[in-house]
Amino acid sequence: MANRLKALTPLGHDAPETVTVGPLTITENTSFAMASLASRLGREGDVAKAAAAAGIPLPGPGMSATGATYGAIWLGAEQWMLDAAFATHEDIRAALLPLFGDAASITEQTDAWVRFDLTAPDLPALFERLCNLDTRALPEGGTTRTVIEHLGCYVVKRSATQISVIGPRSSAGSLHHALITGAKSAY
Amino acid sequence: MIINHPLLGPRDSQEFVYLGDAALMNRPDGMAEGALAAFIDFAYLRDNPAGLHRELWYHEQGDRSWLVVTRNTVTHEITTVELARDVARKAGRSK
Repeated sequence: MANRLKALTPLGHDAPETVTVGPLTITENTSFAMASLASRLGREGDVAKAAAAAGIPLPGPGMSATGATYGAIWLGAEQWMLDAAFATHEDIRAALLPLFGDAASITEQTDAWVRFDLTAPDLPALFERLCNLDTRALPEGGTTRTVIEHLGCYVVKRSATQISVIGPRSSAGSLHHALITGAKSAY
Repeated sequence: MIINHPLLGPRDSQEFVYLGDAALMNRPDGMAEGALAAFIDFAYLRDNPAGLHRELWYHEQGDRSWLVVTRNTVTHEITTVELARDVARKAGRSK
């Protein structure tokens, strides 16, 4: 029997990596599958109806929301990134297609991104060194795209002490390094 | 400089890219009478006002929306920021 292909995490290892710097924990999170959802022109109402029927939250500008199965972050006008547990929704696009039909364009995104979950009591001390986003003023659930280490990243404030950074997978190592370097300066 | 994004609130101008005069949104009809003159005007001729100027900005490091920003070219004061989509729809374009 041929060897089975082995999946690697965005940082290139067998298992997700966790790093601790002082009070901060940076965890590479590979347990979510992601897909982008964009309403087609004139079909915005159909998308909202389908999402409500399926229990998929579609938050407003600059926000994120979590439902029973799917979570969503707002990307732009009539565009969202949906996520669901990788274990049950590895093929997330196939699961979403029948729900939205031809009212929306759905694109698989799981392997395009790396997600780092950061936990610390004082996260703004780190983020004010990393980006020009005011994470202190950001409400809980607030989400926005910003630049960290020259990389376009989504910053999702899950709670006062937890923020997720979703960045390009091909630059996962550089982003990870920037987070650690910033943390060593901040804490 | 801070640009007050209509959806996302105040954002640093570093996140934006400047395109130019908002008149660029009104591309002439290439099949109409006098299309050549209209395209020469569209491609090469710009007003250069000392005062309020409507211009297109792109939120490249944010939600990637196109904005119409009204800026005073003398003081750099930004008076209004609208989504280019809304401006086009108000002018009766698209849906």
